Amino acid sequence: MEGFYSAAQASWEAMPYILGGLWWTAGLILGAMLVGFVLGVPLAVLHVYGHPLTRKAVAGYVWLFRGVPILVQLYLFYFGIMAYLSEIPALSFLPLSSGFLSAVIVLGLTSAAYQSQIFRGAMASLPAGQLKAARALGMSDAVAIRSIILPQALRLAIPAWSNEYSILLKDSALAFTIGVLEVMARTRSVAATTHQPLPLSILAGALFFFLTWAGIKTLKRLEAKVRIPGYAHQGSL
Amino acid sequence: MDDPVILRVENIVKTIGGQRILDDVSFSVKKGHLKVLIGPSGAGKSTLLACINFLSPPDSGTISLDGKAVDGKSRKELLALRQQVGMIFQDFNLFDHLSALDNVRVALVKVKGLDKRAATNRAMEELARVGLADKSTLYPAQLSGGQKQRVSVARALAMDPKVLLLDEPTSALDPELIGEVLTVIRDLADLGMTMVMATHQISFSASLADEFLFMERGRIVERGAPSQLLARDSGSRTQSFCAKLSELAGDGHCEIAPAPRA
Ligand SMILES: Nc1ncnc2c1ncn2[C@@H]1O[C@H](COP(=O)(O)OP(=O)(O)O)[C@@H](O)[C@H]1O
Ligand SMILES: [Mg+2]
Repeated sequence: MEGFYSAAQASWEAMPYILGGLWWTAGLILGAMLVGFVLGVPLAVLHVYGHPLTRKAVAGYVWLFRGVPILVQLYLFYFGIMAYLSEIPALSFLPLSSGFLSAVIVLGLTSAAYQSQIFRGAMASLPAGQLKAARALGMSDAVAIRSIILPQALRLAIPAWSNEYSILLKDSALAFTIGVLEVMARTRSVAATTHQPLPLSILAGALFFFLTWAGIKTLKRLEAKVRIPGYAHQGSL
Repeated sequence: MDDPVILRVENIVKTIGGQRILDDVSFSVKKGHLKVLIGPSGAGKSTLLACINFLSPPDSGTISLDGKAVDGKSRKELLALRQQVGMIFQDFNLFDHLSALDNVRVALVKVKGLDKRAATNRAMEELARVGLADKSTLYPAQLSGGQKQRVSVARALAMDPKVLLLDEPTSALDPELIGEVLTVIRDLADLGMTMVMATHQISFSASLADEFLFMERGRIVERGAPSQLLARDSGSRTQSFCAKLSELAGDGHCEIAPAPRA
């Protein structure tokens, strides 16, 4: 009993340390969401409107990143590619040995694959007449996609996007394997000294739950904010 | 009758999936004239209109605007052509995420490069012309079908098109909303807008059209002045098609409505 008491005390004292992991976790998710968005949108556009060969290439990308487990990618990237690149003197100014950077890139590239499919589905669900009308006005396809197609498709994609957010949140916990001091990594390291993983795991779970809740809430608010007047509530996918 | 030819369509052939949808179609439209395409559903009217602005590029044949043949291979020429050819669709195709004002304004800014204030002024002018100045802030989902179609007319007119293509502009409308759109079309005809319109509104268009083109299976099989084709004893395909339509509609007449031009 004494042991439990002191472990609980140690856990309690470790709280600020574990809470500090929130920043890293949040950074991982936001970074990966952003990388995934910035790459996912053009990938989706190429997938829907591109040359047949480009479409194949995008499909291949999606297939690859969906197929290889994140853990394997993290190892390949961190211990393989990044370790190799960091030997090149000309690149020494880059933080290549940062696990955080590797994790954001891996999670971002994977998320790009998933996000591209979300946006592709949203674009494909728009009536064909939208693009036709834009072209009939003399818009180039690039302008039509930017001004007419994407603003509508991105709105439609928000519910699926918040789903992607919560998946990414869970995947981000894998970053501890390459030394990122996010919530999970800190939880484990404290548990290793207190030998009482239970209260710590509950705490970690609560933190992830909180992040999920906050993110989804924010996206719901965004969805309401950009809703097109006159349209009934679309609901989630 | 010596108005210049604005649009010339020559020997257009279009095949889709091995099927010949347009088979050597030719006609031309003079400035300020209205040509009306009539014919059964599936005749190729929509495809013909889409060939004119290359939304559906013809396999062969020539489209000339203002005496200049359009090179369908040149992206630049295509975009320029589409700027000068307005199009009205059966189901409006308003941009759902934009207000009525922005629907009219977006191409003025993104295509014509007008600054925002000039685009706004022009867009409001066009909305006023179709009687919707007070609806400019509403979104498509907040407008009736007739209002949507009028916004789409304003959107096309704002680009100063040399010719306007209308693909059954009233076919998707509830009967009580057809009138407001027809009124707008009549006003355009009166103002001298050059137009090609596919429609089943035969007696309405008879009073405005310079020529009827009757299409069937991808060909223009009959053409002539409405009064001539619709004469009861003409024995024309147009006459019998029109008689069939009005029988179905139960309005019991198929003649030229007296033209109430002001
Ligand atoms: N994208 C397409 N794919 C296959 N067939 C088509 C396509 N577009 C039109 N068609 C065919 O072309 C013919 C003419 O169609 P359309 O031009 O829409 O006629 P209309 O407007 O006179 O009703 C129809 O038989 C239609 O089935
Ligand atoms: Mg049609």
